[in-house]
Amino acid sequence: MTAPGREQRPVLDVVDLVKTYGEGETAVHALAGVSLTVAPGDYVAIMGSSGSGKSTLMNILGCLDVPTSGTYRLDGVDVSELNESQLALVRNRRIGFVFQSFNLIARTSALANVELPLAYAGIKPAVRREQALAALDMVGLANRADHDPNQLSGGQQQRVAVARALVSQPALLLADEPTGNLDSRSTRDVLSILDGLNAQGRTIVLITHEDEVAAHAHRTIRLVDGLVVSDVRRRDITPVGVMA
Amino acid sequence: MSFFEIFGFALRGVAANKLRSGLTVLGILIGVAAVILLVAVGTGSAKQVEDSLAALGTNTLTVQGGRGGDTGYRTDLTLDIVKALQDKESAPDVKSVSPVVTSAQTLTFGDASYDVNSVIGTYPSYFAASNSVVASGSGFTEEDVDQAARVVVLGPTTAEELFGTVDPVGQRIGIAGQIYSVIGVLAKKGSTGFNDPDDVAIAPLPAVQRSLTGYGPVSSITIEAASADAVAAAKAEITAILNAKMHVADGASSTPYQIRDASQLLETRTATAETFTVLLGAVAGISLVVGGIGITNIMMVSVTERTREIGIRKALGAPRRVILTQFLIEATLLSLAGGGLGVAAALIGANFEIVGIKPVVMPDSVALALGVCVAIGLFFGSYPASRAAGLRPIDALRYE
Repeated sequence: MTAPGREQRPVLDVVDLVKTYGEGETAVHALAGVSLTVAPGDYVAIMGSSGSGKSTLMNILGCLDVPTSGTYRLDGVDVSELNESQLALVRNRRIGFVFQSFNLIARTSALANVELPLAYAGIKPAVRREQALAALDMVGLANRADHDPNQLSGGQQQRVAVARALVSQPALLLADEPTGNLDSRSTRDVLSILDGLNAQGRTIVLITHEDEVAAHAHRTIRLVDGLVVSDVRRRDITPVGVMA
Repeated sequence: MSFFEIFGFALRGVAANKLRSGLTVLGILIGVAAVILLVAVGTGSAKQVEDSLAALGTNTLTVQGGRGGDTGYRTDLTLDIVKALQDKESAPDVKSVSPVVTSAQTLTFGDASYDVNSVIGTYPSYFAASNSVVASGSGFTEEDVDQAARVVVLGPTTAEELFGTVDPVGQRIGIAGQIYSVIGVLAKKGSTGFNDPDDVAIAPLPAVQRSLTGYGPVSSITIEAASADAVAAAKAEITAILNAKMHVADGASSTPYQIRDASQLLETRTATAETFTVLLGAVAGISLVVGGIGITNIMMVSVTERTREIGIRKALGAPRRVILTQFLIEATLLSLAGGGLGVAAALIGANFEIVGIKPVVMPDSVALALGVCVAIGLFFGSYPASRAAGLRPIDALRYE
């Protein structure tokens, strides 16, 4: 049902992931044993109601949080065995994260925001400026490079955030309800950017509770009470050879 | 990534919140400046006391009589004793001896009158012994003393109060119904505290005794030692002469006279001034603590408020070390800017008189105030940052 006979290493390989908050009788199992595999070039929507554990799963996939038990392999690397600085490196090079609330750094220009992951990767200022401008151009905001976040609309801010997430050419783009705070037009803009990225071979996992948003993905996974209840593929995986 | 790039982040962090950065700098500035200035005022007042006492002359001794120690003989300070003290044989270290009688009187000039602090009757040597310099006109002479001439030299305060803009030299004034000629005015000495040494009228001893105090014993004897180093020797010689004259038994527990030298007075006043400095230092210390708490507060708030930003940076792959360095540099910049401006403000403030005292800046207090404030700023700027950098990114991102 997942990778159609392709002999390629999965980008995501999650086995029996459990996340428990609290202890004893008051313990809450946000994730009760989730297993899933995502192949390169896939476009996955994770759906579920509030409290289904989808955000918890996303945070663990983005290496922002650690699971209580279970294994998580990212590009074949067991993330649980990495130390603090190696994790920082993984977040920087392998993962691009788009947040529901944009999370741009205030009073800092769009260009500087997009440059940030490159700066932490140790890329020279001239080079990263060029790459950041290219990423902003890709989301159609090259002419807003000097604007601060509070001078941009919500949709524009989210497009800057997408540019920031993809500027370091990560293997995986994670989006946590990327359109949750946007109007319908901005939602279309952002989704068309994501569609375009996937068409180029980028692997995308996004969370949503809207069916129209999930319809853009090739595969939909539903979570209920911390367990995968359905996993439906509608389209084939984009051929990875196209990837830039 | 290079240190200069992190430095750039820190600069942008400081510049991004101008108001908050400004307030932090202001807090540190006030803390540092207050401590330096308070200590400077304390030191300045101590120095002022020392200076004005040194101006009175440190090789002067004052003998005061009429105190306890009954010997069965007459113990008044008489002109006979003055003559004995003038004897070069038994008192070689004594340069001059000036008997002094004092009396508070009202001076009159035309319609003006003024209550002078003291009218002093003495010998001409008193001028040198008491560091009194005649600024205009002249002092009186031995001859004036022999003739009991009614001439007077006024202190600058007295002259100004009585004559205003009129030149006093050559004028005639009334002291207790007697007419005196003003022959000179003294130079200004400045206040030593409670008494104004410039509020005097000095006249020949016999003239004052005849018209004002009568021919009884003198109030005190001012003695000038040959040099500052000879004060102790002179004091011993005077003691021997007085003991002989007043028949004080060897080893008597108390004497009917008291010899005070200026250095003794200096020590007392200096001790007082030091107490004052310690007191001000304590106040400064408290303000340093209070200022430190203020710095702590604003640093904690400004860094804690940015926990979310730290979360974002971590999510983008910022290593812990880079975040820590950035916040340490930010705290250093703010602390140093505040400390430096505080020192500058204190140095500028120290150029002005504060409650009549010229502050003297102590290098120690500058180092202490700067050191403590910068250390507090650094610690409380980097401690919350290190705490936030140690959080899991998701916890830092969720921080409200």
